[in-house]
Amino acid sequence: MTAPTVAAGTDLAALAIAPISRTTLALFAGASGDHNPIHIDIDVARSAGLDDVFAHGMLSMAYLGRLLTDALPQQQLRSYKVRFAAITPVHGQPTCTGTVTSVREVDGERRATIELKVALADGTVTLLGEAVVAIDH
Amino acid sequence: MALDPALIGRQEPGQTLLLDRSRLRAFAKATGQSDPVYLDVDAARAAGHRDLPAPPTFLFGIDLEAPNPFAFVEGLGIDMRTVLHGEQQFTYRAMAYAGDELSTSTRVVDVYSKKGGLLDFLVRETTVTNQDGDVIAELRNSLVVQNRPTGKETS
Repeated sequence: MTAPTVAAGTDLAALAIAPISRTTLALFAGASGDHNPIHIDIDVARSAGLDDVFAHGMLSMAYLGRLLTDALPQQQLRSYKVRFAAITPVHGQPTCTGTVTSVREVDGERRATIELKVALADGTVTLLGEAVVAIDH
Repeated sequence: MALDPALIGRQEPGQTLLLDRSRLRAFAKATGQSDPVYLDVDAARAAGHRDLPAPPTFLFGIDLEAPNPFAFVEGLGIDMRTVLHGEQQFTYRAMAYAGDELSTSTRVVDVYSKKGGLLDFLVRETTVTNQDGDVIAELRNSLVVQNRPTGKETS
């Protein structure tokens, strides 16, 4: 994402993720440090009244982070936030998208605000977020 | 069970994490990351990094290094099975790399209820610093406690 091409309305290249497997949830639990068994142990999920485990919200936030670092070097990322709007069931298939909503000068650099979204194949929106990135680097 | 507003200001025990390349590669693998900057030290250096960088959301895991990372929440009488992650924010000040030792300082900044007490919110902020005392990032984490009856344990 280079400066001349960034303006309100610019879309980032969408990032389509393969269906989330139980293996991915186990690997993410270990690598992220989030060992909450609700994501990896169906017995615990069932004891909470659920049919099955569901993905860590932070896994989808990491996918959205890939959307950002695919678009620009990470050192240009100034802030990144999300709201978790719905859970992602195991085997859910997220797609990450982002659109620049504004470009303005802050602290001596031009920064773009990017509106972010993760949605599943059935249209369920799971994450809504926003990132601010520096674009003159 | 409504959370006590007196929790606001309470500090949690800080944690430290020595970032190593294999953990960062494991995180890349688990998140489907194939960008060599996050996997290959030479590619990272060619891109101007001094080692493999910690990706944007990795810092969330530092506080989870505690022997029981859920102790604080469970200590409030909350069943972790009723907890959802509501919101997460990162404000970045500097990059962190393999070889860095990162430390957290976390405190409760807000508690409130919604939907007539069916949902409680616990909001915490964390400052992450490196071994030189430089601030790497500030995190803000909102947890949602669902006070609805769940499962078979409901009487």
